[in-house]
Amino acid sequence: MRVMAQMSMIMNLDKCIGCHTCSVTCKQVWTNRTGVEYVWFNNVETRPGLGYPKRYEDQEKWNGGWVRNKRGRLKLRSGGRLKRLATIFNNPDLPVIDDYYEPWTYDYDMLTKAPLSTESPVARPKSLLTGKNMDIKWSGNWDDNLGGSQETAADDPILATMSEHVKMEFENTFMFYLPRICEHCLNPACVAACPSGAMYKREEDGIVLVDEDACRGWRMCVSACPYKKVYFNHKTGKAEKCTLCYPLIEQGKPTICSETCVGRLRYLGLMLYDADAVLAAAAIENDQDLLEAQRGVFLDPFDPEVIAAAKAEGIEDDWILAAQNSPIYKLISEYKVALPLHPEYRTMPMVWYIPPLSPVVDVISTTNNDGEDARTLFAAIDKLRIPVEYLAGLFSAGDVVPVESSLRKLAAMRSYMRDINLGKDRDESIPAAVGMTGTEIEAMYRLLAIAKYEDRYVIPKAHVETARELEELACSLDTDGGTRHGRSDLDRGTLWQDSGNAVQRHRRQLQRDDRQRRREDQTDNAWPDQPPELERRWPTGRLVPAGS
Amino acid sequence: MNPIDFLLWVAFPYAAMAVFVVGHIFRYRHDQFGWTSRSSQVYENRLLRWGSPMFHYGILMVLGGHVVGLLVPKEWLEFVGVSNEIYHVGATWLGSIAAVLTLAGLAILIYRRRLNTRVLLATTVMDKVMYALLGATLLFGTTATVLFQVLGAGYDYRGTISPWVRGLLSAQPDPALMANVPFFFQLHVLSATLLFLLWPFTRLVHVFSAPIGYFVRPYIVYRSRDTHRGSGARKARRGWEKSVLPTSARDKDAARR
Repeated sequence: MRVMAQMSMIMNLDKCIGCHTCSVTCKQVWTNRTGVEYVWFNNVETRPGLGYPKRYEDQEKWNGGWVRNKRGRLKLRSGGRLKRLATIFNNPDLPVIDDYYEPWTYDYDMLTKAPLSTESPVARPKSLLTGKNMDIKWSGNWDDNLGGSQETAADDPILATMSEHVKMEFENTFMFYLPRICEHCLNPACVAACPSGAMYKREEDGIVLVDEDACRGWRMCVSACPYKKVYFNHKTGKAEKCTLCYPLIEQGKPTICSETCVGRLRYLGLMLYDADAVLAAAAIENDQDLLEAQRGVFLDPFDPEVIAAAKAEGIEDDWILAAQNSPIYKLISEYKVALPLHPEYRTMPMVWYIPPLSPVVDVISTTNNDGEDARTLFAAIDKLRIPVEYLAGLFSAGDVVPVESSLRKLAAMRSYMRDINLGKDRDESIPAAVGMTGTEIEAMYRLLAIAKYEDRYVIPKAHVETARELEELACSLDTDGGTRHGRSDLDRGTLWQDSGNAVQRHRRQLQRDDRQRRREDQTDNAWPDQPPELERRWPTGRLVPAGS
Repeated sequence: MNPIDFLLWVAFPYAAMAVFVVGHIFRYRHDQFGWTSRSSQVYENRLLRWGSPMFHYGILMVLGGHVVGLLVPKEWLEFVGVSNEIYHVGATWLGSIAAVLTLAGLAILIYRRRLNTRVLLATTVMDKVMYALLGATLLFGTTATVLFQVLGAGYDYRGTISPWVRGLLSAQPDPALMANVPFFFQLHVLSATLLFLLWPFTRLVHVFSAPIGYFVRPYIVYRSRDTHRGSGARKARRGWEKSVLPTSARDKDAARR
């Protein structure tokens, strides 16, 4: 047994209102730069829908993730080491930027600078890649709230596996939001596919990162990730991905997407797992057994044997305590309501989801039945095959049993807690029907519904005794040139500047103006210091000693 | 010794070699972040799918041919049974195939780079210089081969250019060997030398990061946080400088008070 700690996330989909605040704040912090305009480390998809990039779940096309070969061993779906290097000159599985979307801005200048005319001026969309006028045809969430889904939703790879009547009916039946970040997998395909060895999983907390200095831009990580959560910065020529906001996590603070989540639906905490058991679990034969196999890799942080082994691996006491208090452990292993996204990709993802009960409740409510009555809810979960099968396609490789079990627990919680809130007697038969006790249901309710900050985020600080003091977001991200904007003399020269386009030229001019202003500001502000060593005479005529 | 010959066939190559070596070391130490193939595949893939593998596999064949032709002495090949005639036929045929692949690939790549706006705008000045030199070197080399080896009687560069190259590498340069080499071969050598001189400052550095280590490393890489943070006690590496708010002198003054 080799105990490792993994910082993990769970999202409670029932609470997601699809406001995209997580995406926007993430973008402001991490991808608000040239080269990654089209990149959303965090995105929110409406399901059913195509997702971002388009149809990323269609692994027949993109060849992401792992497969089990005939000898029962894991192999990257895109091929082994030899094939990877043989295709290094042209990655056969790489999405082009149009599979995400062509990034654009608007010609805002037109609005203020257009000459007087009878027509109102229009800010036309301009491509950020070519500077030319463009028609916007797709974006990161173009089918938001099922918009235009009559045209597109039939291409949803999950729907495609379901029967015809489902495809026809889904729109009247259900809709929910799926926020996605990097899964920080236990068996990451992107890391395995990186020819340069630039991607790695951190020993301390399992966060998967790209070493920007070692990355040589071969793009194999982009295509190997079945979730398409590694991106290519087309300006710097390097891979970038969600960092799980490690500079914050290391200080015991939640990620930006979690912190700013309006619905408070994200949970962060540790999972202890047996690193030696990962490969065998990921290589299990039947896709539908992968969920249970992954649960089997997790270790009980209260087990004295596990604690001893964790300490032997150098995991500190406060981290073990954090693992014991982890909301992730409770939701995955104790209540078993959280499920992984696409376990069949065999990457052992570590961002899990509590499937949404709301599609079921919505249907019940529209039929004027009691959407909080346990028996009605249980019956509906059994009967409403469409949402359940669809959710199973996302969270359990098509096996409806775990999804049903999770939904039934949520339904039980809903109706058990209603009785309490209305001052009625507790109906202990409700928790019993889902194999829980009333106390457990109440604890789960506190975690899921009350969701206090300190219950949602149990994040132990990184240990710095042996290292340096941690700094909050030590690198500035607000300029061109990747997460690493510091400029050496090498790329300050014009030789390394690309030819650019109207938009970029405009932006550069703005930057020049900005610098000029800043210089002027500094000159303006310089007066109190001059001359610093001499006495200054203030307008009142009073003598002010230097340095006061 | 003719001073021009000395300049062209001794001084210039050694200068290029020095810049090549020192430039690579310098860039490797100071510009890891800029060390990339700078792929443009995400912009356009329909043409690149053909052009890039054709060019790269072609140029690898060209490289192999040059290693055999320039670095392996004629006598050694004869010793293992490769006679002049066999060598000539092999070099001309394989060389032609490689040249066709490489040139066609490069033509597709340049066409794409010029006519696809996305790719064009991502092209740096250095890229353009590099393309020009690379194209010129390939064209001169192909012209020389076609004129002398395919159409002509065959020029025995293994008696002149090859010993000259080996002489350069073994610090016994002999410019006289190059003095009477046909013009197109001379041009080919000179533009190649210039290309080597600029090499460390172009995206061609990606040649030296060919990921051979991928064959032997474990699939999943683990790394400790502490060994890989570039801030604090250690000198900050490029790109990891701390962000400092610009402070006006007045604020500084206020802070002092």
